[in-house]
Amino acid sequence: MKTYLPPRFVIDRYAERCIACQVCVRQCSFDAHAYDGEDDEIRSYEKNCVGCHRCSVFCPTQALNIRLNPLSYRPNVNWQPEFIEDIIRQSEGGGVLLTGMGNDKPYRVYWDHLLLNASQVTNPSIDPLREPMELKTFLGRKPDRVELDPASLSLKTQLAPQVAIDVPVLFSAMSYGAINLNVQESLARAATEAGTLFNVGEGGLHQTLYKYANNAIVQVASGRFGVHPEYLDVARFIEIKIGQGAKPGIGGHLPGGKVSEDVAETRMIPAGTDALSPAPQHDIYSIEDLAQLIYALKEATNYTKPVCVKIAAVHNSAAIASGMVRAGADIIALDGLRGSTGAAPKMIRDNVGIPIELAIASVDTRLREEGIRNQASIIAAGGFRNSADVVKAIALGADAVYIGTAALIALGCTVCQQCPTGKCAWGIATTDPILSKRVNPDIGARRVVNLLRGWSLEIKEMLGGMGINALESLRGNRLHLRGVDLTDGELDVLGVRLAGR
Amino acid sequence: MTTNISSNGGSTVRIDVNGTHYRELNGLIREAVADGAQRIDLHDVHGQRYIATNLRTEAEIHIHGTPGNDLGAFLDGSRLIVHGNAQDGCGNTMNEGEIIVHGHAGDITGLSARGGRIFVREDVGYRAAIHMKEYEEKRPALVIGGTAQDFLGEYMAGGIVVALGLTLNGENCHKASFVGTGMHGGVIYLRGHINEHQLGKDVGVSKLTRKDRTILRDLVTQFAAHFGYDAEEILASRFIKLVPLHLRPYGRLYTC
Repeated sequence: MKTYLPPRFVIDRYAERCIACQVCVRQCSFDAHAYDGEDDEIRSYEKNCVGCHRCSVFCPTQALNIRLNPLSYRPNVNWQPEFIEDIIRQSEGGGVLLTGMGNDKPYRVYWDHLLLNASQVTNPSIDPLREPMELKTFLGRKPDRVELDPASLSLKTQLAPQVAIDVPVLFSAMSYGAINLNVQESLARAATEAGTLFNVGEGGLHQTLYKYANNAIVQVASGRFGVHPEYLDVARFIEIKIGQGAKPGIGGHLPGGKVSEDVAETRMIPAGTDALSPAPQHDIYSIEDLAQLIYALKEATNYTKPVCVKIAAVHNSAAIASGMVRAGADIIALDGLRGSTGAAPKMIRDNVGIPIELAIASVDTRLREEGIRNQASIIAAGGFRNSADVVKAIALGADAVYIGTAALIALGCTVCQQCPTGKCAWGIATTDPILSKRVNPDIGARRVVNLLRGWSLEIKEMLGGMGINALESLRGNRLHLRGVDLTDGELDVLGVRLAGR
Repeated sequence: MTTNISSNGGSTVRIDVNGTHYRELNGLIREAVADGAQRIDLHDVHGQRYIATNLRTEAEIHIHGTPGNDLGAFLDGSRLIVHGNAQDGCGNTMNEGEIIVHGHAGDITGLSARGGRIFVREDVGYRAAIHMKEYEEKRPALVIGGTAQDFLGEYMAGGIVVALGLTLNGENCHKASFVGTGMHGGVIYLRGHINEHQLGKDVGVSKLTRKDRTILRDLVTQFAAHFGYDAEEILASRFIKLVPLHLRPYGRLYTC
């Protein structure tokens, strides 16, 4: 069937610079460039271009520029080009529209309407270059009160297991299968070096990554892939995945094409079959059932590590979070509207869930009101772009954040949203053995560690500016935030005053 | 509430469970295993959950009374023998080992099992064997003496389910509907009748091969030995084999 889709991008190839070296041909996994031997020329197939910029970055003579196709439809407020093209795609494919990465729609990004405070005159700011700053964060259940032995001044209270991280940024769940082993290893090594944790997602922990297990969060999701006693034993903590911000309420299907021999072995399913993660966990239909799985995992690991429960941020998150904490979750992870994914139905990704900013605020408020905020740490996820977003999230009430997309961008991702095709030209969202080699774990780990180092320095600068020398003092301290261009209702949910007040 | 532990000084330990909390009970079991117990008898079990979860031992644990949900969750090599009924989630995500239930088992029996064997003398509840998996020689099996409720073998990605229908009477027809919905791996053998409308749309009926007969004979022989049946008599009946129609049931669902 001839496609009615126009090319989305234009490839500008500057003839005076092009030396027909064919780097672009080899780099493009979507066949947007081809070499014509007869004319000794490179030809463009723009309908195949996804705008990932792999070719222009690797072109040795800067002979390539990729830009949006300026082709315009007759202006129509209702029939935006995206809707027209979605209909064309569906009329040709006849299926559920599939996409990758996070929600790209213009919902309000509240981070851009929240401003941080700084000390002036009445309290001194702190210079982090000369004074110690504390970013260390402890994840896990905190006691209601602590008791000391008066004689020895040692702690009498039995503390629940805690996980210490040096920087309040962890790597989100990304499974082997959705991404390849080189990417997981890059994140694992970066986490180990930077003193944080990486989350293996629900695809199991590959044997070669067991040496990084002390920095691994392992997931128990509805598919239960790769879940076995050793997997639970070696992890730093366990995360029960109920939902994901990019696709709240639905399961996941890793297409059989991505289930290579090695992925199959890690997931313990036959190669080439779809790896289906059902929408619900079939042993969890209520908070009581959730408690049952939480305690099954605690029993299985003899109460040696925290159990986290991850949900997508949805309308009733605050009430659900309260139930999760009461069910025994030591950590709760909230994944917001802009949370990313390797594959999700477009309608779900773009229309289901609530922004993470509002979810953090409402969950933190609810748990405080109920006097149970200390019983669980909160990890927020879903579209964190820079260290200022992290600082604002912590001021709103999060203990730490998960980053997925930001870490992948450090590895080369340009957010072209082609993850479900499995053809990622940057070698990230693919298990193709040749493409996977494009991510070198030595270089990958270095790039991600550099990112975290930069963010840590910036977080310390911002804290110092506020006159705070420990991240702990900022947690849930919403007086350090002010809102701009927000309605009274929004300010109310965020628990933040308008700038100037 | 008293917990009585007695040992014959050798490898057998008896624990009178009564009202002991599961956390304490599992602690006692682990202790007994660490001390080298080969057989542990739990008496007066009253709904304690997670019994023997993630126990790395080949010890045999006899459970007298009614164990609670998630019996043998993440089981890794032990043999659990229930002298009574098991509740929901029996063998949840088990990896290795054996669970033998001299009675009924509840819903989601064998949920996401990756290995090991479960034998249930009578019936099982809803969604038994849901999302069982297999990888090469690691192939879990659930053998049900009677029949199952709806959604038997839902989402199965591997493994073997056998339902012998010994508790059926009259028409000898299994009652479960939606059998094998979303199934994309593994196999279900049914003794007795089932109507086509009771099957999930992803499931096909096929004939037993010689290899199937070998697998069945092995499992039914073990079943018969556990519960005192005549294996030959059971095997003499007609069996139906249910297999997934596609390895990728949702392969055509999406447009990229």
